[in-house]
Amino acid sequence: MIEIEKLYELLKKAQEPKGYFFNTDRERVNDLLSSLLLNKERYGYMACPCRLASGDRQLDADILCPCVYRGPDVQEFGSCYCNLYVTRDWNEGLIPQAYVPERRPASKLPF
Amino acid sequence: MTPVKMYTLSTCSHCKNTKKFLHDCNVVYDAIDVDLLQGEERAAIIEEVKKLNPNCSFPTLLIGDQVIVGFKEKEIKEALGI
Repeated sequence: MIEIEKLYELLKKAQEPKGYFFNTDRERVNDLLSSLLLNKERYGYMACPCRLASGDRQLDADILCPCVYRGPDVQEFGSCYCNLYVTRDWNEGLIPQAYVPERRPASKLPF
Repeated sequence: MTPVKMYTLSTCSHCKNTKKFLHDCNVVYDAIDVDLLQGEERAAIIEEVKKLNPNCSFPTLLIGDQVIVGFKEKEIKEALGI
């Protein structure tokens, strides 16, 4: 739990100035952060918890959190694929909290 | 009852929400956490998912013969007729 808190504060400080806010659903955020820590243990890096990692850091480079799809997803939908990083407007309900489709192309799948 | 098979990840928030939703709707389902599989079993299941959903994203649901990708509550309810 302390580790999750630390990660939360660290990422919040680094990401908010860039316009990426944590979802205000703290339970969900904590769960995702805990999965990121689990993936770090499993693979050695924080692979996206909502995607299947291969275990090869190079092949998973595009899905290391924050993934390369976060920018365009947040821009288009106000949220990343996992609903971890969102915009202020998404959090405040000013834009619909719509389903974010997978942007990672099938050609990037390592399996 | 329509058979529900679901391919999931143990770490994925959408997968967890889908499982919770089905549970709350008293729907019996068979879920496979693909990230927990290894070796040949994992490779075989990944091929199964890709056949249903070439993007191999999660959750991928098979409700009867209908494929639903993602936690889409409305579509899932319609497919289940609930």
